[in-house]
Amino acid sequence: MSVTFKALENILEHYPPSSEHLISALQDVQAKFNYLPPEAMTAVCDHLGVPLSRGWAVATFYKAFSLEPKGEHDVAVCLGTACHVRGAANVYEKFRRDLGIAGPEGTTRDLKFSLRQVRCLGCCSMAPVAQVDEEIHGNLSQRKAGHLLRMYRKR
Amino acid sequence: MITFTINGQEVQGQDGWTILEVARWHGIDIPTLCHYEAVEPYGACRLCVVEVDDGKRSRVVISCMYPIRSGIQVKTDSPRVANVRRWIVQLLLDESPGAPKIQELAKAFRVTPSRFKKEGVEFACHLCGLCIRACQEVVGVQALTFGNRGVLKEVTAPYHQRSTDCIRCGTCLYVCPTGAMEQLFPQVSAP
Amino acid sequence: MQITSIDDLQKAKGVGLAQLYPDKPKILVGMATCGLAAGAQKVYDFLSKKAQDAHWGGVVEKTGCIGFCYKEPLVDAILPGQPRVTYEQVTPEIAGALWEELAAGKIPEKQVMARIDVDDMILNGGPRKFYKGKLKGFLAKTPRYEDLDFFKLQRHIAMRNCGFIDPDNLLHYIARGGYFALYNALTAMTPDEVIAAVTTAGLRGRGGGGFPTGVKWASCRKAKGWPKYVLCNADEGDPGAYMDRSLIEGDPHSILEGMLIGAYAIGSSEGYIYVRAEYPLAVKTLQRAIFAAREAGLLGQNILGTGFSFDIKLNLGGGAFVCGESTALMASIEGKPGEPRAKYVHTVDKGLWDRPSNLNNVETWANVPVIIAKGADWYRDTGTEGSKGTKIFSLVGQVKNVGLVEVPMGVSIKDLVMEVGGGVPENREFKAIQIGGPSGGCIPKEHWGLPIDFDSLWDAGAIMGSGGMIVMDNSTCMVDVAKFFLDFLIDESCGKCIPCRLGLKRMREILEEFSAGKGSLEDLEELQSLSEAVKDGSLCALGGSAPNPVLTTLRYFRDEYEAHILQGKCPAAVCKDLITYSINPELCNGCTACVNECPQGAITGTKKEPHTLNASLCIKCGACFEVCKFGAVAVA
Repeated sequence: MSVTFKALENILEHYPPSSEHLISALQDVQAKFNYLPPEAMTAVCDHLGVPLSRGWAVATFYKAFSLEPKGEHDVAVCLGTACHVRGAANVYEKFRRDLGIAGPEGTTRDLKFSLRQVRCLGCCSMAPVAQVDEEIHGNLSQRKAGHLLRMYRKR
Repeated sequence: MITFTINGQEVQGQDGWTILEVARWHGIDIPTLCHYEAVEPYGACRLCVVEVDDGKRSRVVISCMYPIRSGIQVKTDSPRVANVRRWIVQLLLDESPGAPKIQELAKAFRVTPSRFKKEGVEFACHLCGLCIRACQEVVGVQALTFGNRGVLKEVTAPYHQRSTDCIRCGTCLYVCPTGAMEQLFPQVSAP
Repeated sequence: MQITSIDDLQKAKGVGLAQLYPDKPKILVGMATCGLAAGAQKVYDFLSKKAQDAHWGGVVEKTGCIGFCYKEPLVDAILPGQPRVTYEQVTPEIAGALWEELAAGKIPEKQVMARIDVDDMILNGGPRKFYKGKLKGFLAKTPRYEDLDFFKLQRHIAMRNCGFIDPDNLLHYIARGGYFALYNALTAMTPDEVIAAVTTAGLRGRGGGGFPTGVKWASCRKAKGWPKYVLCNADEGDPGAYMDRSLIEGDPHSILEGMLIGAYAIGSSEGYIYVRAEYPLAVKTLQRAIFAAREAGLLGQNILGTGFSFDIKLNLGGGAFVCGESTALMASIEGKPGEPRAKYVHTVDKGLWDRPSNLNNVETWANVPVIIAKGADWYRDTGTEGSKGTKIFSLVGQVKNVGLVEVPMGVSIKDLVMEVGGGVPENREFKAIQIGGPSGGCIPKEHWGLPIDFDSLWDAGAIMGSGGMIVMDNSTCMVDVAKFFLDFLIDESCGKCIPCRLGLKRMREILEEFSAGKGSLEDLEELQSLSEAVKDGSLCALGGSAPNPVLTTLRYFRDEYEAHILQGKCPAAVCKDLITYSINPELCNGCTACVNECPQGAITGTKKEPHTLNASLCIKCGACFEVCKFGAVAVA
């Protein structure tokens, strides 16, 4: 989605120009564009009257924000304690291998998937779990993880 | 006036003073890294730790921020304090073993590099934040900032680009306690 | 419906009760996140459609989580004059079978888990029995909910409404006595009397610290400065703990009412709830609850005609565990990075925007209306000398009955794991329980007689924390667990102070040597002294408690550390550098499942012939071990 003046205005009109709304406004931008485009960041900071350095600090401090475009499907693998003791680390490695992601987290070159770790989705009864977009998949094994990716690839 | 003791010696200070201020007033040495009189205390380096007994319990606090209270007993060199300081210096030295300022500090604490030391790193920014605070509080510009968090935390300008807010006043260069800003300045200052 | 007086509240209660227990059949589907993850939405959609298509005279409704996550999706049926019957693990197919019978006015027997004879309605003047006379047939033999091992030791006070009401229905909350405590506080008690009641009740902060809630309120009331803020910490970040999420998803108004009472006691008119964005359903539920309360006049100006005003804003977390720390949370609400600051001046004096601020956690707030409604003495009756009331734990990990349990303080770890939790699955052996999240500790079997309360856990080196309890069996390596928590905290450290940022990293490096079979016994001493330095030197509670998992495992499982260091062995066969995978030719029947699964091509063999594993290619991912149905893959 391209960053239009209109789309940004729709977000910013909810917020009075005060620094306390920085995180909320950036969350709206992230939700709208799936990342924080630089021009949107500048617009938010200008509107709220905070220096760009503060906006950038917030954007890089909190995990919810991304400065790079994310993949079409968001794969969040739970590495909480309950999942860990039930073998989540091996499942995570399987996702990483299958998606060919070099670093600990990342986005596939075709922008189809973004893989990231989360610490507890609160579905410990079904550990190990992963959330793909809005859907939670439980009782994962390495084999099931492979099936899951194949399923989403087809979508 | 508030009366209390530092290392058994009776000392006095004004309400609102910190332990560090009173100690320095009385010529008692407490090492610091991220402290500078012209900016607000921040409490990041933890070198200035002291042990405070308030009659109920004894705990390790940072002297640069702890407001003095009547009757407290402060120890500036207890075993717990020494352990914290030794480890801080050890960790700093292993992060930037090649940096002259850190080597000086290590010499004072008789700490030598450990097997975990990084090889030949001279860059010695340890995120004390003096440059950022001075830029904001003294100069009134917010060109510098912290970015990221945890082990990835860094001092930089937004997007790792040269800041257009920077006025090249050089205050950050002046306050930097380790000399790291000399290496960083060309990357963050106004073009 | 506007609720601006006690008459309105009474009227609302009447309407709510008629909705809660109508004179017609009712089906309830548990639709908190755990239920949804297990497929409750499909079940709900299916049953709603059936009911609609058939012009059924009954109601299909959603409700929160009663705690038995392991049996989700749960469906309950209430036919007039009959006990409430709970069905477990209901798939859409099973729902189909249930529907056929329910539509015909019969109570199905398939998938029945328990029955509930009485709704105890603790805040609404006594229990309500669902039926008269004697039960017949299978119902008489169906265990009562309170007879199940899982529920036997439980006492639902904070979770009083979870699984009973539709969380989005304000009238349901009022029907079970909701907002009457607020009315009582506002009209019959002075703020000091409210604080005295909370203090006498012995309520301690459920977010981890265990600080006496009444004392905190009193300090904030006394603090100079205006305005004052009342905050709710719903940034539940401890891995393995999700009771706050469940309370919000099951009973959001209990939190709002608690905050309203607290605000009256402290003298505040503005509140914030800081909630984790990773909990989308909880966020939506809170948004709807705040909206409904505002519409009804229970938030805003002149509440219940008493002249008291209070409103709540909702702030979403940005994905930073450290924001559960009070000063970091406040920095985040102010729109800054969540860096903690020194608390030598307390937040009750200088908190949010340097104004007096009172922060309590979700579960603490949910307990407040009960104390006001039932009185401090009633509340004190439950619990131990130093820890009153109940605590919700999430019992997870290697345990049969995984779920949320609310038990009186003082229950032993053993009872919790073996009775409530049903023990460790597959006849493996209980090894340790990890309590209190990353700031907590691992408690071994020798100490499982320990009564769980704030003080005894502290003495054992753990903390109550937010109440995550992760059961570990002999397949868990304690060095690996220590590493796991350090990884978590390194990832979540804000990086401000040196002991936490660099100290935790160094601890991790030392542990990494251990799990590679390197290091020496002196390194254990070094690890100990570094842990003390990080504990003493760190700025906030994240760093200050970060060494706890290392310190407790060192204290209780030193032999396991020594096995890694001295013998180069990982007794639980977890640490990858110290284990090898091999195939036992006597057990392998040549099914080729592992051959297909191995990402390295390290396993070779033809069908019906024992396979062989080339150790030099193996990356120890464990995929072969997982798929082998014959136990032929050995790890040692």
